[in-house]
Amino acid sequence: METTRDLQECMVLDHVNYVYGEGTAYEKHALRDINLVIGKGEFIGLIGHTGSGKSTLVQHLNGLIAPTSGHIYYRGNDICAAGFNKKELRSKVGLVFQYPEHQLFETTVVKDVAFGPKNMGLPQLEIDMGTFAALKEAGVSEELYDASPFELSGGQKRRVAIAGVLAMQPDILILDEPTAGLDPRGRDEILDRIAQIHAEGNRTIILVSHSMEDVAKYASRLIVMKEGSVFCDGTPKEVFEAYKDLEKIGLAAPQVTYLSEALRQAGVALPHNATTLEEAKELLLADWKGGIR
Amino acid sequence: MKKSMLRTKNLVFEYIRRDEEGNVEDILRALDDVSLEVQKGEFVAILGHNGSGKSTVAKHINALLSPTEGAVFVNDMDTQDEEHLWDIRKSAGMVFQNPDNQIIATVVEEDVAFGPENVGVPTEEIWRRVEESLTAVGMTAYRTHSPNKLSGGQKQRVAIAGIMAMRPDCIILDEPTAMLDPVGRKEVMKTVHELNKIEGVTILLITHYMDEVIDADRVIVMDEGKIVMQGTPRQIFSQVDKLKGYRLDVPQVTELAYELKKQGVPMPDGILTVEEFTAAYTAVKAKYGQGSV
Repeated sequence: METTRDLQECMVLDHVNYVYGEGTAYEKHALRDINLVIGKGEFIGLIGHTGSGKSTLVQHLNGLIAPTSGHIYYRGNDICAAGFNKKELRSKVGLVFQYPEHQLFETTVVKDVAFGPKNMGLPQLEIDMGTFAALKEAGVSEELYDASPFELSGGQKRRVAIAGVLAMQPDILILDEPTAGLDPRGRDEILDRIAQIHAEGNRTIILVSHSMEDVAKYASRLIVMKEGSVFCDGTPKEVFEAYKDLEKIGLAAPQVTYLSEALRQAGVALPHNATTLEEAKELLLADWKGGIR
Repeated sequence: MKKSMLRTKNLVFEYIRRDEEGNVEDILRALDDVSLEVQKGEFVAILGHNGSGKSTVAKHINALLSPTEGAVFVNDMDTQDEEHLWDIRKSAGMVFQNPDNQIIATVVEEDVAFGPENVGVPTEEIWRRVEESLTAVGMTAYRTHSPNKLSGGQKQRVAIAGIMAMRPDCIILDEPTAMLDPVGRKEVMKTVHELNKIEGVTILLITHYMDEVIDADRVIVMDEGKIVMQGTPRQIFSQVDKLKGYRLDVPQVTELAYELKKQGVPMPDGILTVEEFTAAYTAVKAKYGQGSV
């Protein structure tokens, strides 16, 4: 998947601040001076403690919330400028909320997924083609198309909800904890599907997650939020290398990172710390083979 | 001699779906011949993927569901005996997944007092119990706070305090951390272990987070309504492939040790922690490594 940092193709956040309930007793500075460039085709893991501003941030990206100060540019245009087409922005920046299955409402899976494109007033043929392409992309199997969304399992419902957003043909797909409440296999299936959507669909993915193991495995860039600010921004390797800083803000590194550190302290000469299981396996096998000779 | 706290004997439960005329459309056997026993003071975890029947077992224990066949005993009282219903619910308290569905009062201490007040405990005794319960879960500092300003983990601890105020012999927790962030999960698990060790409360924990069961006395794995594995955490986690077959997961270090063993590194089975892994790896390396082969 090609990643491009051409600013005309990107989402740019420039000194974005957001204050809830300004001037009231409940005033809260939810975002503080956020500066980010989100390149086309990136797979970003957005992490942070509950209340760190992750959800507020993603709601800015598709214009659900407007910044109190600062600017957000999508493909070079200020999304808060008068005359900017917010409706189009919302189809181009798709947001899959937490527990998205609570938002299913139609009588069949196909109708539910078609709701978005239908609302955009597209011709019927385009609605149908978009709907089926989205169902396929989200990995909903064909025998479920005419089922009631309420009869499906948790993992299937979630795919249908993701298909509903994909049907709008977004450039950027934001998923807010898409694995919450799923069992381990269901979690892996959804994440593998998201990786596939990223690889094949030429889309930017922003994955909001509490699981360090998951973001380490799938994302190529991590943005860590703390009290409304960007605490750090880098590759999983860079971010988890500073796991002691993460612990100070209530987060942690994947278990294999702690393991590499413990092994090194016990005298095992690993070249660096691992962040994924695969990497830990490679490092240890190399160490083992080097040691036996 | 050990005393039995909970016991299910050949428990069968069927969900029966009927059409509009009341004719049986579909029978789903959610539990199939489940026999299990939990001794007083034990900490037992039930693992299983979504739909494996683990929550259905939990709902039988405090008589929210009644067996289709077989029987369930709490403190040797039969849950189908309506005379004992209140005593059973008093001795086996239940904590659910979503903390927001379990809190009803506007002040923390009133929420905790709700249970004992309802069963006619004298006022002075109620306040004593509220004090003790909030201390047991580490929430005394918040006793006059509003529950809706608390974090998920704190709310869940208040819900647990509400159960503790009923002086139960046993607490059943049905995925109590599924909706919490990592910090909230840690808080709740620490509280549950303390109740077990310090207050001697019997714990039945239902979860699919593997790292939450490694400190349990015993683990039961369910699949398709049946008990399929039973043993100490170490015995259970020695069987990585079998667990994966039941749509479950193992901690990263357990899987890594297992993967290395498959590649010929003589790691022992059932590694549960970073410390165990480090000790085992350095030991096998000292034995076989550094040119000794």
